[in-house]
Amino acid sequence: MSRYRLGLIAAALGVTGCAGPFPQSTLAPGSDYGWAIDHLFTDIFWWAAGVFVVVEALLVVALIRFRHREGRPAPKPTHGHTVMEIAWTLAPAVILVFVAVPTVRTIFATAGEAPADALKVDVIGHQWWWEFRYRELGLVTANELHVPLGRAVQLSITSADVIHAFWAPPLGGKRDAIPGHVNRIAFRAERVGDYTGQCAEFCGASHANMRLRVVVDSDSDFGHWATVQLAGPAAPAAGTVAERGKAVFARSACIGCHTIQGVSPGVIGPNLTHVGSRTTIASGLFPNDSAHLASWIADAPALKPGSLMTRLKPPLTDADIAALVAYLASLK
Amino acid sequence: MSDARGLTSWLTTTDHKRIGLLYFWTALAFFLIGGIEALFIRVQLAQPNGQVVSAETYNQLFTMHGTTMIFLALMPLGASFFNYMVPLQIGARDVAFPRLNAFSYWVFLFGGLLLNASWFVGPLFHAGMLNVAPDGGWFGYANLTERQYSPGPNIDFWVLGLQILGISSLAAGFNFIVTILNMRAPGMKMMRLPTFTWMTLVTQFLIITAFPVITVGLAFLMFDRFFGTHFYVREAGATPILWQHLFWLFGHPEVYILILPAMGVVSDVLPTFSRKPLFGYPVVVYSGVLIGLMSWGVWSHHMFAVGLGPIADSVFAATTMLIAVPTGVKIFNWIATLWGGDIRGTTALHFAVGFIAMFIIGGLSGVTHASPPADLQQTDTYYVVAHIHYVFFGGTIFGLFAGVYYWWPKMTGRLLDETLGKVHFWLQFIGMNLAFFPMHLIGLLGMPRRVYTYAPELGVGALNLVSTIGAFLIALSILIFLVNLWHSRTHGQPAPNDPWGGATLEWSVSSPPPVYNFSVIPTVTSRLPRWSTERHGPMRDPPAAPPEPIHVPGGSWWPMVAAFGLPVLALAPLTQTLWVAFVGAALLIAGVYAWAFQPFEV
Repeated sequence: MSRYRLGLIAAALGVTGCAGPFPQSTLAPGSDYGWAIDHLFTDIFWWAAGVFVVVEALLVVALIRFRHREGRPAPKPTHGHTVMEIAWTLAPAVILVFVAVPTVRTIFATAGEAPADALKVDVIGHQWWWEFRYRELGLVTANELHVPLGRAVQLSITSADVIHAFWAPPLGGKRDAIPGHVNRIAFRAERVGDYTGQCAEFCGASHANMRLRVVVDSDSDFGHWATVQLAGPAAPAAGTVAERGKAVFARSACIGCHTIQGVSPGVIGPNLTHVGSRTTIASGLFPNDSAHLASWIADAPALKPGSLMTRLKPPLTDADIAALVAYLASLK
Repeated sequence: MSDARGLTSWLTTTDHKRIGLLYFWTALAFFLIGGIEALFIRVQLAQPNGQVVSAETYNQLFTMHGTTMIFLALMPLGASFFNYMVPLQIGARDVAFPRLNAFSYWVFLFGGLLLNASWFVGPLFHAGMLNVAPDGGWFGYANLTERQYSPGPNIDFWVLGLQILGISSLAAGFNFIVTILNMRAPGMKMMRLPTFTWMTLVTQFLIITAFPVITVGLAFLMFDRFFGTHFYVREAGATPILWQHLFWLFGHPEVYILILPAMGVVSDVLPTFSRKPLFGYPVVVYSGVLIGLMSWGVWSHHMFAVGLGPIADSVFAATTMLIAVPTGVKIFNWIATLWGGDIRGTTALHFAVGFIAMFIIGGLSGVTHASPPADLQQTDTYYVVAHIHYVFFGGTIFGLFAGVYYWWPKMTGRLLDETLGKVHFWLQFIGMNLAFFPMHLIGLLGMPRRVYTYAPELGVGALNLVSTIGAFLIALSILIFLVNLWHSRTHGQPAPNDPWGGATLEWSVSSPPPVYNFSVIPTVTSRLPRWSTERHGPMRDPPAAPPEPIHVPGGSWWPMVAAFGLPVLALAPLTQTLWVAFVGAALLIAGVYAWAFQPFEV
């Protein structure tokens, strides 16, 4: 059924000249959780479509058939009809039973429970970035969530400041990240690939810029990734620009907010121990290349309104920034 | 209306008809402001990475668009018809408390002005213009709206403005309940009330029960912000979810506060232009009452993503789906009213039918997010933006426009131009579908709402452009409507007592009605007094001139003075100045005192 709906939508999109691949679409699920919702929505969609056609058709027929014509006798002053009233009270009620039963079944099936061997990740929303903590692995990263293909994953979602909502549409529905509460979702990813998502609860100036990526890796790729992330940070070779960058980092305000294992303990901003291994910076806003990194370090609030990473006073020199960029890029 | 002319006569008026017109023009002005805000939003989103406004400005725009449309445009447009039409429909000379009615209007005006002043007074708070308007969304979720995360005066304007507007709605709510229950003409039994008056009554009960809830929620937030209490502060052991419960416990009845008056209008307009009584009148009335009652049991469907647990989610899913039943019943009864009729396609009928056609879509998309798992993919996305606009624009606004085209001749004595009216309708109908239908897809393709920008990779740029084009078509249709209003002032065909062949009492008096409404209070013997039924001939209209002099209360300045005390009181916390609070309180108390002791004169 879903295929028909996708066809309809593709047709509608064709009219407006859109083309895929729609990386954030809810209509192309990539996990069991995503499919459970999609099946339910497809059912409800067809019920709704059927009701729409019947009721709108009745309305149009009434308008055409009983439009004013000269010489038409005065209408009969009907006041009502008890049997019909009962019929059109019961009809929607019966249809709603067909919607309610699978709804309740899906609610309980997707309540966030996961088997004991599930990969457990704490997801913490911050203004305006995402922190991911892999409990068993003792691994902390930001903005790019890596999960293994086919294995159950359970996310425990909360917030460090205001209310956010974690949403990676192809993998399933969103859940609010609420300070002081933990919400859980569980899913099994079905396709290797890169998925995008973003914060869905209005959370202030840069709500629109609080994006994220979920990377579904094959089992071996995930293992490799985890091993790299668990290792200490790369140490720049003596005499390189990167080494000078490390010194700049260590003597600047950077250390107040960012952790680089063995270098600084800050916890306000993202952990940078392996920042060079990520594909994007600034919570999915820009590609992780030296040009973007440099302008981000120079003036983050200009790129991301309200960013808590303010311009340093006194500002870093261009040479310092270039050195920092080299250092951060080396932290694979 | 009173023969007195000039500014003073309007500023001091207690005539429900003049107050109705004041509500109309004020709400129309705010509607235009909210519409301009919407156009800025649509221009910004017309393409990915839009650069027209900044993130901060955008957040103020969408907050003020929602707040303005709900509290300053749709509710008061409804109030305009409550004021003008309810006393006429029940055969009364005025509302129960005419001065309280004036007070409600002035409080609404001052509250609206205070909210909108926030656009311009930035410099007083050491910020630029366009910097201190509310920016926390019309839903103002704590703890984002706490002082810690929203330090500026933006949210203060919102909290204080809404508190003031709540007083206006509450005062009007009590006034109309007393009016409808106690001021009915002889023979106007409850089950003979016109449907619009019935829906007004249900709406007022929702107002007097729902507004205290948001008042409490706002008072907590105000205390948190100004006095350092911790009602929503997690660090102090509280939870920001409390705000969501309080807000939506108000917020969902508020949805029905906005839609029931429009349903009432449609239930009056359809019979008139089908020349047939409303099909299933008692069922339509009871389903309206039922919707009102049930609206209290569905608030958590706004909170499915909060994680209240599978049991709570299932219960609220069930109550939410149940509310579709009385709503569906109304739609079938409207279609059955048209069925077998002699339908005259006036502009008012166009809008009433447009209401049904669009409201069906809004209702059905509502069922798709009554299902919590499905909602988890839809909530906080453009899919829901599409849904609420099919309900509030396709529903409430189309219904209210049906009311405007239906009752304008009664309110002004001039007919609106039907050709311009139909151009207005079709442009608006096409415009709204272009603007809002693509939003369903935009949301399903993954675009959240309340974002000032979006990535080109999402692939929703073209759909957003279509939506923006639709928004400008709507704007064009509204311009045509304004031209029609302007044109009718001088060129509109003079309206007789009853241009449409209506069945209800407002059509038995002149257009516009005399200040005393009815020269002789009519005695009502049927639900459709001006139509002949099986048992009754049509009633005789009251004579043009009153057989004996009629006592009409004079105007008063005091409701306005008392109302003015409220925004002054609000200035005290905004400016952190204690003596301003005393001035505001003095104005309020002196105004109420003087008003209470001012005698009525002829």
